[in-house]
Amino acid sequence: MAKIPVQFRLNGSDRAAFVGPADNLLTLLRRGLNDFGPKYGCGQGTCGTCTVLVDGDLQLSCLTLAATCEGKHVETVSGMAEGPVLHPLQQAFMDHFAAQCGFCTPGMLTAAKALLAANPNPTRAEVIDGISGNICRCTGYDAIIEAILAAARGGQATRAY
Amino acid sequence: MLEFRKDLFAAERDDNLNIVGKGAQRQDMPGHVTGRSPFFDDHAFEGLLHLKVVRSPHHHARIRAIDTTAAERAPGVKRILRGADVPLNKNTLLSLINFGKDDEPTLAVSKVAYKGEPVVAIIAETEQQALAARALVRVDYEVLPHVFDVEEALKPGAPIVNETYPNNYFEYHDRYDHSKLRFGDVDRAFATADFIVDDRYQMSPIEHAPTETNGSIAAPEQNDRFVVHSCAQGLFFSLGTAAKILKLESNRLHFVGGTVGGGFGGKVDSLTEPLSILGAMMTGQPVRYVLDREEEMLYGSPRGAERIYIKDGIMRDGRIVARRIRSYFDAGAYTRLSSYAAIKCTAHLPGPYTIPNVSADIYVAYTNRCPSTAMRGFGITAVDFALEVHMDKGAEACGMDPMEFRILNAYRDDDMKAHRRVAKNTALIECVQVVAEKAGWPLSDEARRQSSLTGGGGARALIPATPIDDNGRIGRPETRTGPATETLPAGTMRIPMTKQPIMEGSAEARPTPAAVPQYEPYRPTPASTAPAYQPMPAAPPPAMPAPPAATAPPPAAAPAPAQPTQHGAVRFSSVFGTRRR
Repeated sequence: MAKIPVQFRLNGSDRAAFVGPADNLLTLLRRGLNDFGPKYGCGQGTCGTCTVLVDGDLQLSCLTLAATCEGKHVETVSGMAEGPVLHPLQQAFMDHFAAQCGFCTPGMLTAAKALLAANPNPTRAEVIDGISGNICRCTGYDAIIEAILAAARGGQATRAY
Repeated sequence: MLEFRKDLFAAERDDNLNIVGKGAQRQDMPGHVTGRSPFFDDHAFEGLLHLKVVRSPHHHARIRAIDTTAAERAPGVKRILRGADVPLNKNTLLSLINFGKDDEPTLAVSKVAYKGEPVVAIIAETEQQALAARALVRVDYEVLPHVFDVEEALKPGAPIVNETYPNNYFEYHDRYDHSKLRFGDVDRAFATADFIVDDRYQMSPIEHAPTETNGSIAAPEQNDRFVVHSCAQGLFFSLGTAAKILKLESNRLHFVGGTVGGGFGGKVDSLTEPLSILGAMMTGQPVRYVLDREEEMLYGSPRGAERIYIKDGIMRDGRIVARRIRSYFDAGAYTRLSSYAAIKCTAHLPGPYTIPNVSADIYVAYTNRCPSTAMRGFGITAVDFALEVHMDKGAEACGMDPMEFRILNAYRDDDMKAHRRVAKNTALIECVQVVAEKAGWPLSDEARRQSSLTGGGGARALIPATPIDDNGRIGRPETRTGPATETLPAGTMRIPMTKQPIMEGSAEARPTPAAVPQYEPYRPTPASTAPAYQPMPAAPPPAMPAPPAATAPPPAAAPAPAQPTQHGAVRFSSVFGTRRR
């Protein structure tokens, strides 16, 4: 089957690839462009660990056709830090012990980033709603919610313990 | 939020510690928040091939024929693996510590014993090509009758699930059809008890559902070695298993791992490593074998279901004088770690209580279900659920407050446990007290004054005379009719005699099987030597309870009670108690 050329920005850099018409963005990112930030968890849009931003909107990359990203800006967790300087959300996740196995963390961080971009001062309920598409099977939700709230407050870290 | 109760057991703890009790950053956290933590699938390889498995659609079937000719010609297919390609196509995980017989094929050859059992592996250039070729494999099955219920599986005439264990139970030390515990005389204690509480508990299998599914990538390395990126929870366990199945020297395998996207026990089985390495050996290329979510949910091994029967004999004053447990651990079609779970279960009984008469029979039964494995306290958690629900029922039966009932029966330091080890580091009383306090649950002053550190030992440390019953040997008609399996003479045992269990029926291991020893019941006496603990008034005012009369020794014919023993579980560190610090 004929391959389709696709060009887009990935975390600020221009990238180009040939994709199959049915290839999803997750496979392109991981196996085509070696960005291993987004993870495969379910392949059917239920776990949220493949969450990325496409032109600032939350998207599940396992359900996004790679060819539809032509000309768009795709952001993953790999582009969150500015060089060695962590994004405030990343720092807050570290300070609040908001990762256990770390597998859902890229999706959680991406969802949190989208939430704070749209709503810089979310309530606890809005944070819960904002990460409701992301499953943490280690069930560390409370620390994650605290971290996002702390990042929204400007990162004053109150250590959980 | 954590709260440290350093007021409890303060004398046993050294608080001059640098890390424990203080916040410290985890070394893997920077990787987690930047997305750079190297999970097994986060590795790029040139020429990466993808492996997919043809699975049994039947619960139990004989394989008449396998036709892979169409799949071999499918686009992108590099290699097809069948059972005959696996160098040692039968393994059991705990064989690495000489426990159990090899019973599980990597790829089924002559029959399948559960729905989802791997039969053929397809290696292709893309996942889509592997999936397309998988649909072209033709397997001719003769469907066999299946059994799903643990007790049905142990009945005569049940379908034979696993030919290695033709009676459908795991065989302990090649001799015993179950794991058992005998302490005191439950039957006589039941006869003297004021209340009998009897019930049945049934668990469901539980899928771990880690966010990262099971998988591995294997690739040829220099020097004829293979690098294996693995999600195994026990990396060297998995390396040893793969080396055995592939008949490779273990130094030809270079396992990389330790970053696990959630395991919870579901990543100890080496479900994918042997086949991905075999694929890399056969193709000379990197091979990736990852379960998809459906495979993980349906065929990734779950926590095994358990069926547990508990019968308690309880006195009017709230003391449990006897507890009998019969439990069936559902191994599924192959052993994996169920034999170990049942040992843990037996070692855990009768729960954190000092009960003078305990009897338990724990079976591992094979059924045509997905093989079960480790999960978070497996062997313990299910029986604890049953025991604690039963404790509530016991409290209700004798009209006691359930918290007081637990404190009254709780074990204390220096008590003798039913498996003949002295209890150390007991803390149930304090746990119940703190829980009651947090929940605003009223406790009597008497119950609040109790401590795990006092009132134990003495008469509570004695091993009661224990009558011997002789069931439990493989093939014995009173436990199961049917063909007897092979019984190895003592000299051919793989397990040295010093590791032999002291179990009923093991003639070699018994010190002096005398006449049935006399039972000295655990009866309240008017003496008030040790903790004259009065439970809350809900119970009818009892005679002053006291520990069993130490003054009434068993008849002379009784065997020496405190013969130090080693049982089969001794090899597992988790059944050792170490001193709390």
